[in-house]
Amino acid sequence: MDWISPRRLNRLGMLNMNRRNVDYIARYNERSSYPLVDNKLKTKLAVAEYGVTTPRLLQVVRQQHEISHFREMAEGLGGFAIKPAKGSGGKGITVITGRDDDYYIKASGTRIAAPDLERHLTNILAGLYSLAGSPDVAIVENLVESAPSLAKFSYQGVPDIRIVVFQGYPVMAMLRLATKDSDGKANLHQGAVGVGLDIGTGRSLNAVQFNRPITLHPDTGLALENIDIEAWEDMLEMAARCYEATGLGYMGVDLVVDANEGPLLLELNARPGLAIQMANGRGLLPRLRNIESLKRPHFTPRERANYVMDAFGAL
Amino acid sequence: MKSRSRLPFYVAVFLLIAAGISLAVWRHIELGIPWLTGEQRPVWMIEARVDFDAADNAVQASLNVPDQPPGFRILTEQAASPGYGFSIIEKSGNRTAEWTKRNVSGPQTLYFKAQFIPDESALGRKPAKEPKARNVFWEEPQATAVREILTQAKARSSTPESMTRELIRLMQPDTRTQNTTLLVAEENYLDLLVDMLNHSGIPARTADGLKLEDARRRQSLTPFLQIYNGQRWLTFDPSNAEQGVPESLLLWRQGSASLLDVVGGDNSEVSFSMLRQTVPALQLATMQVESNGLGFLSFYALPIEEQSMFRMLLLLPLGALVVAFMRIVIGIRTSGTFMPVLIAVAFVQTTLVPGLIAFLSVVSIGLMMRGYLSSLNLLLVSRISALIILVIFITAGLSIIGYQMGFNTGMTVTFFPMVIIAWTIERMSILWEEEGAHEVAIQGAGSLFVAICAYLLMSTPLAGHLTFNFPELHFAVLGLILLMGQYTGYKLSELKRFTPMRVYD
Repeated sequence: MDWISPRRLNRLGMLNMNRRNVDYIARYNERSSYPLVDNKLKTKLAVAEYGVTTPRLLQVVRQQHEISHFREMAEGLGGFAIKPAKGSGGKGITVITGRDDDYYIKASGTRIAAPDLERHLTNILAGLYSLAGSPDVAIVENLVESAPSLAKFSYQGVPDIRIVVFQGYPVMAMLRLATKDSDGKANLHQGAVGVGLDIGTGRSLNAVQFNRPITLHPDTGLALENIDIEAWEDMLEMAARCYEATGLGYMGVDLVVDANEGPLLLELNARPGLAIQMANGRGLLPRLRNIESLKRPHFTPRERANYVMDAFGAL
Repeated sequence: MKSRSRLPFYVAVFLLIAAGISLAVWRHIELGIPWLTGEQRPVWMIEARVDFDAADNAVQASLNVPDQPPGFRILTEQAASPGYGFSIIEKSGNRTAEWTKRNVSGPQTLYFKAQFIPDESALGRKPAKEPKARNVFWEEPQATAVREILTQAKARSSTPESMTRELIRLMQPDTRTQNTTLLVAEENYLDLLVDMLNHSGIPARTADGLKLEDARRRQSLTPFLQIYNGQRWLTFDPSNAEQGVPESLLLWRQGSASLLDVVGGDNSEVSFSMLRQTVPALQLATMQVESNGLGFLSFYALPIEEQSMFRMLLLLPLGALVVAFMRIVIGIRTSGTFMPVLIAVAFVQTTLVPGLIAFLSVVSIGLMMRGYLSSLNLLLVSRISALIILVIFITAGLSIIGYQMGFNTGMTVTFFPMVIIAWTIERMSILWEEEGAHEVAIQGAGSLFVAICAYLLMSTPLAGHLTFNFPELHFAVLGLILLMGQYTGYKLSELKRFTPMRVYD
């Protein structure tokens, strides 16, 4: 068994689960703001006012009887994604990339019949994927077409960028790439690859899968060390804006880069995971304490983005 | 770093824990509730046997029985005498056991049994009203002799106690003068002492004591002298002037009433047998709690059925403590936060191995059936409802099959909370579909491990004893849980999880 001593973890400034919950989530996240991030539909509406773009909303299925309208609506569509509004961790998300006669083609390439898709909607409405099993609504969104420069690294699925935003400052970021293990989902504990990003430049630092360091993507075989995110400053600013939109002091912002529309907000997370530290090879605590000790916080998202690019770029 | 002062919180938690522990210590000292389960306390069982010959007539037998004897507490009293009416009568500071019967003939035997707990701190009863020395009339020449002896004793003493001691000393055979020889005869010695003390203005009386020795039969009472010093009755040994009640001496009769009166019979006599018993300290404490009115502070006053329910309920905080520790400090993942506690409670009732077998078989059969349910495309609520009914079928089936095969343990499966099991199956099944069998194994094993740990703690006799008899200890448990809620250190599992970070150090 391999262990790391608590003293070394402290020296690295690794944020742990208990401290995250007590000192950051409980202290900086207002309980009343949770529904904003736990419900994707509310998130969409809230951030729109602050100029944060999200994938185009096609339909909201709120009631069981509305499912029949779904088929009519889906007739004319090429690709779309069905999401439970209150789902977490990518659960219950079905991505349809195209049609094949009566069948829909999932992102993984498997074909799914319309009744199966309707059953999936029923499950979503019943709250199967929602936190605490409460009744839910299903949202149908336009399919995100990932920018090719990033899409090539990912096995199926859309690569997304997770940015931890603390009091409006984007403090740490990573790129998440789907793998065969993660079943096309960009979810780290399901086996997606996490690539740490230099907050100052948007260049990749190092990568982990299942908490183990790697240098090549296990499925695409591409080297992960020279990835460079375009328009990095804009992405950081967009993440920083979500603070004004939700008021959450400590959250995870998930962005994707769409080939046509540029950066889009996928979802917000009021309890972002800790694996981002391993992907970066750096602990969050020094950065969080730096922000906490700021005498005079910056007012605009752009200023905050610039501040972290300067302050944490070399860190 | 901005940090709120946590001092008030820690002070409050400290007070909570201190309050819980000190309350428990106080109850231990005050009520004698033992810390450990098997503690025993000595108890004297004393049996008074009254024999008399009845003369074909109505009979009333009165036996003076102890009333707050110094150095002892009365635990139980009972009489055994077929056909007799019995009651204990309290009259002018005397307690008498009274047997009555309309038509009696021939030799009769009555028994009175009582249990006494030695207790250093038990003092004799304070008299309701101040006793007065009684007037004694002496004839000459005794009057002169008494006067002279009393003058002599008074001259050598300062208090009622020392006066009594001096008087006893003067009356001893080796110091006897002419005056004492004139007064003392073998049989009237004690009565004479009492009369003389009363004459000198000190209230005095006789008392009868019983020497306690294990397994003695047919013992009789020894007379003692008691004087009143203005505050309480003091006991003296009339033969050597020693003050105080000797250890292992029980004052059976105090006061002026006679020991035994039988109306309607003759040849009456009373004899005593005694036995030293040991009684569980807890039983003793509960009996005393009932008798001394402190019962409102504990569960002993509740009906037995509620008591046994509380016995179970009061174990739950321990389970919660285990879960909190395992999740916060160790970092074990469980399926459902407190599902392990409920499983552990069920294990307490079923015992571990049969419980484990029953639980695992119900859950695995349920998982198989759930596989079929998921293909039916049902709404969530009706799927869970169906699952609950299926779980009941499975438990019923297992019980019946187990019973037919001769395993009574099959029945124990009914102790498991059905709804919780149904939800467990549902959650496991979804987990299986979404995250794979590996995650199911991890969370299932984690839940079972935590449940077994909680069970092992909850099933120790000491845990049951302490939680039920010292419910205030739960303040301390609550304090510990609150403290754990403030723990921001690394979990044990995180030391493993973050191991790859070593390369960046």
